[in-house]
Formats: sequence, C-alpha cells, structure tokens
Amino acid sequence: MIEYLSGIVLVLGSLFCLVAALGVIRMPDTLTRMHAVTKAGSLGAGLVVLAHALFHQHPGIFLRAVSIIALLLLTAPVAAHIIARASYRSNIPLSERTWVDELNKK
Amino acid sequence: MPLFMLNLFFAAVFTLLLGSTSISVFLVGFVLGYGVLWVSSPLYPDTRYFTKLPKTLNLTVFFLKELAISSLRVSWDVITPRHINRPGIIGVPLTARTNLEIFLVANLVSLTPGTLSVDLSEDKKTLFVHVMFLEDIDKTRADIKNGLERRILEVMR
Repeated sequence: MIEYLSGIVLVLGSLFCLVAALGVIRMPDTLTRMHAVTKAGSLGAGLVVLAHALFHQHPGIFLRAVSIIALLLLTAPVAAHIIARASYRSNIPLSERTWVDELNKK
Repeated sequence: MPLFMLNLFFAAVFTLLLGSTSISVFLVGFVLGYGVLWVSSPLYPDTRYFTKLPKTLNLTVFFLKELAISSLRVSWDVITPRHINRPGIIGVPLTARTNLEIFLVANLVSLTPGTLSVDLSEDKKTLFVHVMFLEDIDKTRADIKNGLERRILEVMR
C-alpha cells in the first residue's frame, strides 16, 4: 500500500519538476519564469523527498527529509527574489502582457 | 518556548517508554504531552504557547494549501498553449516592522499563488510584488494583507 502511495507522490513530484523546466522555456519574461521555477520546482523537489521518506519509514530518513524540505522552502524564494530584483534593476523588459507596474511609478 | 521543549521532552519519554523508534509514536506522544500541559495550563499564567502552537499550525496548513493551488495554476499556464497570465507589479503596504517579519512575509509571498516579491521600498514600508494572474489590484492587495501577513503576524507577535 505505502509503496503505491510513495510511487504516486514520486511521479507527481517529477511531473512538477518537469513543468518547472518547461516553464523556464515557455514563459515570456524573467519574472514569470521565476514563478514557474520557485513554485513548481520547490513543490516538485519536496514531493520527491517526501516520497523517499514515505517509502523507507525510517526516523533518520524522515528527519533528513523534513530538514531538506525546510531548507528548500527557506532558500528557493530568497534566490528567486534576488534574481527578480536584479533583473528588474537592470531594466530587462517585462512581457507585453504586464499591465500594472507600481514599482516604476515610484 | 520552554513549554515547547517540555512538550518535546514528554514526547521523547513516551517514545522511549514504548521502546519504539517510529515517528508516529513520537507524534502521538507530542499530542498527549500537549494535552497534559493544556490541562495544567493555569500553572503557567504568562505563556502564549497554547495560542501560538495552533496559530503556527494554521499558518503551516494555509501555506501548504496555497503552495499546492499556486503550483497547479502556474503549471496550467505552462502546459496549455495559450497564456492565461496577466502579470503586473503592485505595491503592498506592510504592517510587518522587524526584519524577521518582513523576511517571512516576503519569503512566503514568493511561495504562494502566482506572487513573487521583487523589491522592498527604501523605508521598508512597501513590498513590491509581481503577480502572475492579476485581475483586481485592490483585491489581490487585500488578499496578501489579510491572508498571509495577518497570519504571520499572529504567530510572530
């Protein structure tokens, strides 16, 4: 039973990672790309680690999985924020679908 | 937080007494220990442990739910050939004051529905957020303030 569950979680996680990778290619500008990478990416990697923990049912592995997920959730948005800020500051054009920019008015 | 330590200690003792090494037994021990502490809560008049723990859990559940929803939405936009995104950058006035509070708000904003924190104003009072599916500026702003920021401040203060 738990094998099936962790298998499903593993496949879901890999799908999210795939979507994150596709997002980098498909999205129109840097900022929207960062959306795809931080969200789908951290959820995907988190699910893969979780599947591992579910499968092994071992306290050591479980604790390691929890700390990996915590570190992932702490660091991914910081990196995304810095990349987004750097790209905005260096005036990389936003996609033409962007319709409000309150940061620009300031 | 000493009560939290005590609670962890109860859970550890419970796990050892049962001679088990599984995480689920530890969690059961934690819940039982929380119950014991709660029953004896008149002994600790000025602790905020009993309001803080449920609020932390509330924030965690809220956050995980938002993370799942946002990932699905972003994934949908990536997979389908037509783009449904309407990105925009809006300024959200912050109630959070200390660096840690602002860090948490900015970090969680980056991880929730199609929002990504881009910049913080010089006076640390406005967080500029890039929103991927922006339909109604005031509604989105209120969502961030009442949903995420309020919950974070409840835990932090």
